[in-house]
Amino acid sequence: MIWAIRDGWTITRRDLLHWRKDPGPVLIGLFFPVMLVLMFGYLFGGGMAVPGDGDYREFLVPGVFGMVMVFGIEATFTAVAADASKGVTDRFRSLPMAASAVVTGRAGADLLNSFAGLGVMVACGLVVGWRWHDGVGAALAGLGLLLYLRFALLWVGIWLGLVVKGPEAILALQILVWPIGFLSSAFVGPESMPGWLGTVAAWNPLSASVSAARDLFGNPNWGGTGHDLLLAVAWPTLITAVFLPLSVRRYRRMSR
Amino acid sequence: MYGVTIEVEQLRKRYGADRPALDGFDLRVERGAVHALLGPNGAGKTTAVRILATLLRPDGGTARVAGHDVVREAKAVKRRIGLVGQQPALDEALSGKQNLDLFARLHHLTAKEAATRADELLERFDLADTGDRPVKKYSGGMRRRLDLAASLILAPAVLFLDEPTTGLDPRGRGEVWAAVRALTAAGTTVLLTTQYLDEADQLADRISVLAAGRTIAEGTPDELRGLVGGDRIDVTARRPEDLAAVTAAVTRATGVAPERDADRWRVSVEVADRMTALSALIRELDGAGLTVEDIAVRRPTLDEVFLQLTEVAK
Repeated sequence: MIWAIRDGWTITRRDLLHWRKDPGPVLIGLFFPVMLVLMFGYLFGGGMAVPGDGDYREFLVPGVFGMVMVFGIEATFTAVAADASKGVTDRFRSLPMAASAVVTGRAGADLLNSFAGLGVMVACGLVVGWRWHDGVGAALAGLGLLLYLRFALLWVGIWLGLVVKGPEAILALQILVWPIGFLSSAFVGPESMPGWLGTVAAWNPLSASVSAARDLFGNPNWGGTGHDLLLAVAWPTLITAVFLPLSVRRYRRMSR
Repeated sequence: MYGVTIEVEQLRKRYGADRPALDGFDLRVERGAVHALLGPNGAGKTTAVRILATLLRPDGGTARVAGHDVVREAKAVKRRIGLVGQQPALDEALSGKQNLDLFARLHHLTAKEAATRADELLERFDLADTGDRPVKKYSGGMRRRLDLAASLILAPAVLFLDEPTTGLDPRGRGEVWAAVRALTAAGTTVLLTTQYLDEADQLADRISVLAAGRTIAEGTPDELRGLVGGDRIDVTARRPEDLAAVTAAVTRATGVAPERDADRWRVSVEVADRMTALSALIRELDGAGLTVEDIAVRRPTLDEVFLQLTEVAK
């Protein structure tokens, strides 16, 4: 058990070394969402109608928080797929280390990365005029819900990384994340979308976490589904319940 | 001190509905020996190594490595082996030293021990000067050496090398060969797979030739060569109309009729002693007043060995 934690930390530490050794991709990853905020906040923002006449940037910033959590899946997926294809995963599996560490170490590194990403975004939000209005406790709860979504999506990323093979697949996933991210309440209220599309956008996991976070921050929000807080807990719990065992199983089945 | 370190009986493995990758594979490797699995792609070499290195479960048969069953006592086996896969399993962004340090920690060395061990291994594999450079700036040969170093963290009893020189230039190949020889001099048991006869010949004490998932011949390089015949001499005629005369000269010199390749104006013959055969051949060609384009003495190619061994096996 102690080794499981130590080995997990060793793997996490490896990723932290990447940040130091090769900060380029990490920095791009951290500052890309800042660009999203600037783009949507200042280029498209003038044309956006915010439900309840709030400030669009106050509406937008929690949406981008959520996008950052969803985009994190790419980082997880890419790292897992690269290790598997280069034989690094095989080397880990040939070592007398705790088998769980490969997965938990990855999870630890990606959560730390998301933590940093969220930190950058909070700072960016504060600069463009976003505030939390209902106290620090509620604000932290909002951020916690967002990280919970990231935690759940981690397992989807690990699973995809183990199942899918080849650079084309990585590219396909990178493209697919976009429509999935936009089909939500992150940038606009779903009530402005046509019928069923609006329903999908309203009820999906990203929208749930973002809406719940907006309510907790006291930011302008669209009408909501009425169950956003519940959904923001239920969705990630469900995703974890499905994909965590799938990932572990997939990892074990590498020996078949 | 002496004994059997790798003991494999009737190992079977099939992926899905394909034809079996291993179909009753047997192997015995003495402690301290270097054993080569030689065979073309798809013969089952990599599957065998992956099962012995605990990465893959066999469908049937038994395998013991360093005294432990690879399925039931996988953890004990993992502690006693090193694995070098077909492509270097390294973290490209990290330096050579950081890579070794990472794998040493995963072998449960303390931070201090890991750092010391990393330095020792860099020194030993002639990478001390470049230990701080990221691996993505390494040459192919350097990567392989670092990969080899990473598999030797705990001085394993058995080292598996899966096609250790595939894709390397001649210089990189030489570097890896030298590193493997140094290891075996220190008493490590090595199981290596290769598609190259000369590599098996250079490095191995014994060779198993694999085809379709089982061993079709096994022995020392000399024994195998005796089995498949020795070196070959190729003679290329200067003009196509000389081919008949060249064939006759070769037949007189070696006592056997050579194989003819009319398209390339070339005849090829297997000889027991290449120097004797070569001087006899030159005398015959001189006597007949023939000049030829080229005379080449070469080892049999894997294809030829393979064809002959499959013939013998039938």
